[in-house]
Amino acid sequence: MRYAAHRLAQAVPVFFATTFVIYAMVFVLPGDPILALAGDKPVPDQVLDVMRERYHLNDPLLVQYGRYMLGLLHGDLGETFTGQPVSELLQDRWGVTAQLAATAWIFELAVGIALGVVAGLRRGGVADTAVLAGTTFVIAAPVFVVGYTAQIVFGLNLGLFPTAGTDEGWPGSYLLPGMVLGSFGLAYVARLTRTALVENLRSDYVRTATAKGMRRRRVVGVHALRNSLIPVVTFLGVDFGNLMAGAVVTEGIFNLPGIGQQVFQSIQLQEGPVVVGVTTVLVMIFIAANLAVDLLYGLLDPRIRRARA
Amino acid sequence: MLARDAWREMRGRVVFWLSAVVLAVAVAMAAVPGVFAAMGPNEGCDLRMSKKGPASGAVFGYDLQGCDYWSQIVHGTRASIMIGIAVTVAALAIAVVLGLLGGYYGGLLDALISRVTDVFFGIPFVLGATVVLVAFPDHGIWAMTSVLVLLGWTTMTRLMRGQVIAVRNMDFVEAARMLGASDRRIMFRHILPNAIAPVFVVAMLNVGNVIAGEATLDYLGVGLQYPDVSWGLQLNVAQTFFAEYPHLLVFPALFLTAAVLSFLTLGDVVRDALDPRLR
Repeated sequence: MRYAAHRLAQAVPVFFATTFVIYAMVFVLPGDPILALAGDKPVPDQVLDVMRERYHLNDPLLVQYGRYMLGLLHGDLGETFTGQPVSELLQDRWGVTAQLAATAWIFELAVGIALGVVAGLRRGGVADTAVLAGTTFVIAAPVFVVGYTAQIVFGLNLGLFPTAGTDEGWPGSYLLPGMVLGSFGLAYVARLTRTALVENLRSDYVRTATAKGMRRRRVVGVHALRNSLIPVVTFLGVDFGNLMAGAVVTEGIFNLPGIGQQVFQSIQLQEGPVVVGVTTVLVMIFIAANLAVDLLYGLLDPRIRRARA
Repeated sequence: MLARDAWREMRGRVVFWLSAVVLAVAVAMAAVPGVFAAMGPNEGCDLRMSKKGPASGAVFGYDLQGCDYWSQIVHGTRASIMIGIAVTVAALAIAVVLGLLGGYYGGLLDALISRVTDVFFGIPFVLGATVVLVAFPDHGIWAMTSVLVLLGWTTMTRLMRGQVIAVRNMDFVEAARMLGASDRRIMFRHILPNAIAPVFVVAMLNVGNVIAGEATLDYLGVGLQYPDVSWGLQLNVAQTFFAEYPHLLVFPALFLTAAVLSFLTLGDVVRDALDPRLR
């Protein structure tokens, strides 16, 4: 319990500092958003003043940030310069990104651990070499290269998956993008599982279990694998935040109307409120995931709990 | 001693030589592109040849502007290699200094450094980089380098700090302190050499990751801009035409993947050589 409180106390200032850094970065975006809104037409000074006043653009940065955080407490993410609430704008889009990230995450978890176990059990074998080579390649190839290749091969040439959009709903439309998005994490999960399993299979407690006459399936499945999954759990937890934030590229390739696409457009249109709103929520997810992992880690391995508290 | 053992271990492995050769070629292309390329960057282009596939005289075909694609890709090497190495060296320097200070002194300083690291660790890479790059109109190599350093120093710093903490209470450090060595001498002469190895391995892996990250930003259109030449920019152009003209996508992707793959493999080999437990 003390450990949990300690970690929570650390996470709170980090949350505020991170969101403030993002807020400040967006704030220094050059150009006047009110002028940009009007396009080529001249804007009367009076209108400019009223709009600036309405969106509190004249206040010091810290005051603006404070006001924003207060609004966030009530679930208010602010509104765009055209008067639309940011939360409304993002409502439908969160679902798309969450479905995409969840698909990728499940893919990473299931296939990644399976590949890692297969490779780790027969170290140096054909399967092991194939998994090592394959994962290195996937880690090295940038996600958009993987994405386009998958789109051409599986979508266009083989016709196995739809190439763009969300018409087929979940899971049909999300399978291929999910696999592309999750491919990087999958490679990490497989490698982490493999390395940990290889190390644990050589440990004393595994030898003891085998010596007692326990079946191989139980030795590997219950004893070795459970300990091997500790670093994997850490990675999977942290990676969920990464998947949500990293969806920008994948959503672009497969034309999925998620938050990544929205925020990318908003950055280029200088829609500061949308950028800050989305990034703040992403940071919250990221920090919460980190925190959850830290606590889970403490549960899985009592040594860590005692050492850190 | 450790270095000599590691070298003996590495030179027997095929993957080491494969990645070393690829990297040597890539560095040579970055340093003296004129030796490999027939044309200068954006030079000798003929719009009538736009997007034509591989043919005699142009093994890789032509790009959108009708430039010789092989020459353009060779010239693209410099941006990737330079940014990859410059970002990693800068991030490594930050990591060493902050990790040593935080890990060695502990207390308030350590808490402060750790929390600042947490803050920057929590900023999503693509979004954070896009926000900064859009804010600064100049997207040259230096702007890219700064942004990638700003968002990329945290992992190594955390690792360095952990390493320093593991080493700082060892007997030889105590001995040096008894003999009256200054803090600075203890940190740089005694702790650093014994703590740096895993950080160095991560730095080598990091070069590959930075190159991939830079290409991603170029690809999204917020990184380097024409008339700069880079693999990411070529892939950005290719995304519109790849269905009919796959060579536009395939060749820069091949170079990019080979470069990143080589840095990652080299890092893996060095780690295996330095840490024999995993063999």
